[in-house]
Amino acid sequence: MSDLDTFRSETRAWLAENCPPEMRKPVRSEDDVCWGGRQFKPSSPAQKDWLDKMAAKGWTVPDWPKAYGGGGLSPAETKILREEMAAIKARNPLNSFGISMLGPALLKYGTEEQKLDHLTKIARGEIRWCQGYSEPNAGSDLAGLATSAEDKGDHYLVNGQKVWTSYADKADWIFCLVRTDKTSKQGGISFVLFDMASPGVSTKPILLISGNSPFCETFFDNVEVPKVNRVYEENKGWDVAKYLLGHEREMISGMGLGLSGGNPLIDGAIATVGLGHDGRLADPLLRASIALFEVRAKAFGAMSERFIDELKAGKAHPAQPSMMKYYGTELNKGRYELMMAAGGSDALEWDSDRSRGGAIPRSWLRTKANSIEGGTSEIQLNIIAKRILELPA
Amino acid sequence: MPLYLDDDQTVLQDTIRDFVAEHAPVSHMRALRDADDKTGFSRDLWKQFAEMGFNGILIGEDQGGLGLGHVEAGVVLEEIGRNLSPSPFLSTAVAAVEALKGTAQAERWFPGIIAGETVAALAIDEGAKHRDTVAMTAERSGNGFKLTGAKRFVTHGHTADLIIVAARTGGSADDTDGITLFAVPKDAAGLTANAERLADSSLAARLEFEGVEVDADAVIGEVDAGRTPLDRLLRAGRTGASAELLGVGGGAMDMTIGYMKERKQFGTLIGSFQALQHRAAHLYSEMEVARAAVLKAQQLLDLGSDRADEAVSVAKAMTALATTLSVQEGVQMHGGIGMTDEYDIGFYMKRARVLAEMFGDANFHADRLAVAAGY
Repeated sequence: MSDLDTFRSETRAWLAENCPPEMRKPVRSEDDVCWGGRQFKPSSPAQKDWLDKMAAKGWTVPDWPKAYGGGGLSPAETKILREEMAAIKARNPLNSFGISMLGPALLKYGTEEQKLDHLTKIARGEIRWCQGYSEPNAGSDLAGLATSAEDKGDHYLVNGQKVWTSYADKADWIFCLVRTDKTSKQGGISFVLFDMASPGVSTKPILLISGNSPFCETFFDNVEVPKVNRVYEENKGWDVAKYLLGHEREMISGMGLGLSGGNPLIDGAIATVGLGHDGRLADPLLRASIALFEVRAKAFGAMSERFIDELKAGKAHPAQPSMMKYYGTELNKGRYELMMAAGGSDALEWDSDRSRGGAIPRSWLRTKANSIEGGTSEIQLNIIAKRILELPA
Repeated sequence: MPLYLDDDQTVLQDTIRDFVAEHAPVSHMRALRDADDKTGFSRDLWKQFAEMGFNGILIGEDQGGLGLGHVEAGVVLEEIGRNLSPSPFLSTAVAAVEALKGTAQAERWFPGIIAGETVAALAIDEGAKHRDTVAMTAERSGNGFKLTGAKRFVTHGHTADLIIVAARTGGSADDTDGITLFAVPKDAAGLTANAERLADSSLAARLEFEGVEVDADAVIGEVDAGRTPLDRLLRAGRTGASAELLGVGGGAMDMTIGYMKERKQFGTLIGSFQALQHRAAHLYSEMEVARAAVLKAQQLLDLGSDRADEAVSVAKAMTALATTLSVQEGVQMHGGIGMTDEYDIGFYMKRARVLAEMFGDANFHADRLAVAAGY
């Protein structure tokens, strides 16, 4: 038996022993998702138990170094852990922008003190992070941001406004792009971290077409940010921001893989349309649309696996996250269009118990933002054209 | 197993890429067509493939082959696709070899295949669309069988030394069981082959079997249990055709991107137009996803995984969709020159259409996924 075979059998046994049965069911609503943080109230004892056990092993961030709260696993071991979790349909123990976005950036650009302090808290789900990137006049043209950070010796004085700050009202800390030099566009940006409880920080949720408010407007009024909270050099925050955006795009592209556990699209279509005597969906055109969609969805599943393998081996093109983000989000929008078609009038019910509070129509509307947030599809296509295909300017 | 080529496979890819580009570039195919060549490929090139060891790529080392897998066979096929090289590699070294593997017929046919002397054809399709049905009959007759029926879309069917035939020894056309696979020599009495030139200038034959008598030892595997070697053949053929499609789509894309970097309109390179850049970037994305699907299918086949069948259908459907887009965008972005016979891009469109149809088109494979998923 190879070391990896041993690791697999031990992991399988540990998961069988430690993953609560309630944590092996598909996520049905936002309440089932564990985000951690100071305001975290577990939706069940099992959710808390699962987070604690995984965090204790470092498996909320299996491939991070043990010194920062990770599991210290190799890429091959990490892949095995993910496969074994998928095999029992185990839920993600912790969802976190700290894990998927800030963590990788700190691992690359952070000081030892920043890593020891922030990464360990992210790994244990103690601090929930939000991202201060977009501004009212800096969306796709992100580097056009205006939020200013004035040098006050040992600290910066931050003033300005951010927008589309996901879960700003629920987050404990923010990683934020600020302008430290007005004379240079990309070369005048710094990357800073601060507590959302700092005096001068306020947030206001934005009601969306889905009826939910996951995004906020965020305002900074003379917020004091200690200079030790700056990541990497002053005016070089754009390097950190771009690196982090790659990870954000990678995370968003995961949406293209669909929901865990079962296939709601197929199950939903069977439930509403029914199967004919030949065992086929009674609506042949819907069936064909779903089947051709599934070809792309399954192929994208292979692409995601390939991308992660190449990333871990340092073989991925640095702009490849743009392709993943573009394809994954367009796919996810297509999936929810089909989910709505498959659900028929059932899928239109906005508040009923039958529709679990309008889970499908609200998600359908939510997916429309996938190709806007984290850089629009058009921006991703620009990046692919210029940086991968090297087409002329 | 990570989902990218390992170091050995990358070395093999470099070797094959250079070899095919040098010995069988698109001009090789064009020359065969212009000469109205009736064989459809070069026997000399087939010999050279043998000398490089490529023909035995899927044959075990104990039988004189290289003992490699579907990933490596796919590396060869992708370059064949990229160069539009007419070759019996897919039908012979991939699909036929997989059908014969582990049967008594292997000893008889493998040496000729490895030596580049034997070419195999696959008599599988009976209708204009590929189906999993077999209506052709094989009746017991004396010491052997008598084959009656017709097959079509048989690549190399008129020149092949060995024809692998799926026929029915029991049940009716739609039954899964009751199929027997036969290895029929080309000179069998009662067998006629009429070759037709296809849109891509390749040749495919319609075969008529009028009571063709074969000995009992022509059976590949077991009587009535032909579904097993037939499934091996189909999985290998479908995966191989996917790899070749990947080469066709990739070759067309590279040619198109190259053209975008040199062609000027309105005094500027057309590659700088955002409308075209976005379409090129979308095309790139589709091709990358297709590439991942093909490698996944190849790896699962090599592992003998029970998930291979689904992955094979995903690969065949996805490469058909992505490559069709690639060749269509290729002709469109080339503009008028893309419509000329003199320019190569149109050849890619023709070849893609043939390969998309071979072993089941995108709809056929999407349907298989749906049936397997129970809807």
